[in-house]
Amino acid sequence: MTQNVHGHPDLKIRMKNRNIDRYVFFVLALASLVALGTILYFIFAQAAPFVGKLKIVPEEISTVTKWGENYTPTKFLDLFASRWSPASYKHQFFGMVPMIVATALITIAAIGMAVPFGLSAAVFVGEVGPRWIKDVFKTVLELLAAVPSIVYGFFGLIVIAPWVREHFNVVSGQNGFTAALILSIMALPTIASLAEDALHAVPNTYREASLALGATKWQTIWRTLIPSASSGIIGAAILGMGRAVGETMAVLLVAGNSAFLSWNLFDSIRPLTAGIALDMAESVHYSAHYHALFALGAMLLLIALVMNWTAEWFHVRLLRRQGIREG
Amino acid sequence: MSNDQLEIQKEQDLMQGRKKRSATQWTAFTLLGIGSLFGFFFLALILYWVISQGASAISWEFLTTAPSNLAREGGIAPMILGSVYMTGGALLVAMPFALGSAVWLSEYAWKGWWLRAIRVGVNTLAGVPSIVFGLVGLGLFVVALGFGVSLLAGMCTLAMLSLPILIRASEEALRAVPRSFREGSLALGATRWYMIRTVVLPTAIPGILTGSVLGMARAIGETAPIMFTATAFMMSNPWPHSLFEKVGTLPYHLFGLIKISQHYNETRHIQYGTVFVLMVVVTLLNLTAIIWRTRVRRKKAW
Amino acid sequence: MVEHLREADDLQTQKTKDPGEDTMVETKEWVKRQFYGETIIDVQNLDFYYSKKQALQDVTIKIPQDGVTAFMGPSGCGKSTFLRTLNRMYEIIPGAKATGSILFEGEDLLKTDPVILRHKIGMVFQRPNPFPKSIYDNIAYGPRIHGLRNKKKLMSIVEESLHRAALWDEVKDRLKDSAFALSGGQQQRLCIARALAVFPKILLMDEPCSALDPKASDRIEHTARELAEELTVLIVTHNLQQAGRVSDNVAVFLAGGELAEFGPTTKVFEDPQDERVADYLQGRFG
Repeated sequence: MTQNVHGHPDLKIRMKNRNIDRYVFFVLALASLVALGTILYFIFAQAAPFVGKLKIVPEEISTVTKWGENYTPTKFLDLFASRWSPASYKHQFFGMVPMIVATALITIAAIGMAVPFGLSAAVFVGEVGPRWIKDVFKTVLELLAAVPSIVYGFFGLIVIAPWVREHFNVVSGQNGFTAALILSIMALPTIASLAEDALHAVPNTYREASLALGATKWQTIWRTLIPSASSGIIGAAILGMGRAVGETMAVLLVAGNSAFLSWNLFDSIRPLTAGIALDMAESVHYSAHYHALFALGAMLLLIALVMNWTAEWFHVRLLRRQGIREG
Repeated sequence: MSNDQLEIQKEQDLMQGRKKRSATQWTAFTLLGIGSLFGFFFLALILYWVISQGASAISWEFLTTAPSNLAREGGIAPMILGSVYMTGGALLVAMPFALGSAVWLSEYAWKGWWLRAIRVGVNTLAGVPSIVFGLVGLGLFVVALGFGVSLLAGMCTLAMLSLPILIRASEEALRAVPRSFREGSLALGATRWYMIRTVVLPTAIPGILTGSVLGMARAIGETAPIMFTATAFMMSNPWPHSLFEKVGTLPYHLFGLIKISQHYNETRHIQYGTVFVLMVVVTLLNLTAIIWRTRVRRKKAW
Repeated sequence: MVEHLREADDLQTQKTKDPGEDTMVETKEWVKRQFYGETIIDVQNLDFYYSKKQALQDVTIKIPQDGVTAFMGPSGCGKSTFLRTLNRMYEIIPGAKATGSILFEGEDLLKTDPVILRHKIGMVFQRPNPFPKSIYDNIAYGPRIHGLRNKKKLMSIVEESLHRAALWDEVKDRLKDSAFALSGGQQQRLCIARALAVFPKILLMDEPCSALDPKASDRIEHTARELAEELTVLIVTHNLQQAGRVSDNVAVFLAGGELAEFGPTTKVFEDPQDERVADYLQGRFG
């Protein structure tokens, strides 16, 4: 199997072209898909049994009696009730609605606060400020993003919550608004960084053309650059929203966590993530409560994934404009 | 009006317009400047707060002894160790898959169906909320595979969570290796794997290591994935002693001090101390990675 | 495949002085030999496609053994592509396809194992591309692929290759230094030495001087001529003067990947058969 190479007796060809290395690496690369598949499977597989498990109800409505208590099977629509009290004695409620509303309120408020600041930072650093500030900025953003969420939560609890209580005249600083404030700081690095990339991607010819027509720098930014970069900026905002939706520890410590439905941001509310975390410790394995928590997880996962894909769609639009295609 | 007067009027209008526009611009830029300071402001605030409140709690005893008296006294040494073991272990578990994926994506994959599928997989995985990882870790590692609430289950859960970051950083490091090296190697009659092993990987190692450090920094601060899968508060033996037992970790210890312990107000200094240690570890890891990355970029002779 | 030699003149070696240069260049005249000499690579009906775009059209050529054969043509005519089909280096580009046959050592090299092929046909690239290793490790890379571990044998191969590439004197004291410490011209000679260290039969050079200054170019050309005594050198160049200095035979490609003419260099330059080739040569000379 070995032949001499032209000219040298010591070099004997030993290497042949095999393909096994390609397959080995392919199998390793499948790990992500396997992990994702496992996640999807487990979440939905453990959420599904919710339908048909038993919950306690008052005598009038029950259909099954067991040991003197009154039980009835759970239905899928039970998840969309407007009350969550899985541990109450007389009647268990498994409604996700209060938590979905809480998540929505907090997330929208958080992004509403983060986008202006993130965008202005991106604009300032990219277009207006001195050259050196860009590196400082990127480092600051990286460090901000690196702070663990529980530290943000603790910070929110000790520093922000009392401040909110004082200045907004509420009973407790642990409410949706404080959570939104903290989340906006947490989402800021993502939004600012991506917005900066989006602005950077606008070709210089746009800037030059606008200035050549006599517009000031500000007018150029406001009327030309930002609209051109809009898909990237929107993508950034949505990605920030996706992160905010999935955030657990920070909101767990500052949002108040009352399970009652409220449309008031300044009330104590409980978002989906906190809902899962709080109840997990106390739920009985494989009870209706347990499966309801996985159902919460499924809902959360769905929302987060939809946001991620939407943000990705906008990002692809941005890349396409740059002439790059993901391959 | 005469021609001259019209001219003067036009000039004045122009001047007015110009002044207004530059006033607008000036205002806008000032507002932008202030707005962009918010990020700096909060970072500075948080750092200042952590340092000022937490530094006083740090002592040799704090860093080397276990909690005592219902965690109102003593130190957090077992938690530091537990966090290090858990994230180190997670990295060990994740790295082969992450590096393997990165190598496949960067060196072997043709434009095909599988390439797109795996990219979608990695990107989607990156968007999964951390508590969902916790739920899956519970269902899969703790229950289905029977590890129980343990260090091992925590490692595996964190490994899944770190996969996207590690893959992205490693792939970036691999792609940074210039094409000319690969061509030179192949032209000499190397097989693809030999080329990767002898030229691409050695060149990409600094970047891959940097990525690992970043991955570790992220994993060490995570609480939600390990809450029901690995960690506990106030254990009889808080020192990490077995792969199949629960461990104490820094972030969860903090959480426990706030939410679980009945002595929330008395343990304040311990809370600050824990935050301090956690922040020091995370910031050091991140700064190391950032500085390393800049140095590697500058040193490149090609 | 040695054909009738009775009619061919023997190898005439003339020493001519190249205008504008101080060096004496040996020009080997293979007046009738070219079609009767040994063919080392027999290309038949080669077509090449980059995805949908055709880069080479029905190329048929018998490349002679030994000596320097140059491949020239305007930009984008496919000469580099042609070179890269000979050692199957196009395979790293997705969508690249070659049809036809290229016979080498009795087999169609388009169908044999490319890894083994590249041990016999080496390549030097346009821009020097040494590995981020020491000079020694760069050259020892090739032999190590073949499993050679013996330090003495490796060293002797390294030394021999550096001599053949005319680089030994300049680096013999600093073999452990990084390859990037060398100048551009030295790096290119290092790449030549590296390619020689696996003792190929054919050396492909893809515009090896385009990134170098004239003095360094000159040395490379020298080396190419010397190497041509022991192995076949195929060089792609866009520089007509260089082709005139260095090559024995020349093949001219035209835009679209068509091989327009092939023959001894002096003959093609002085009396091209194809009108378009004449235009091309005129345009570049005049």
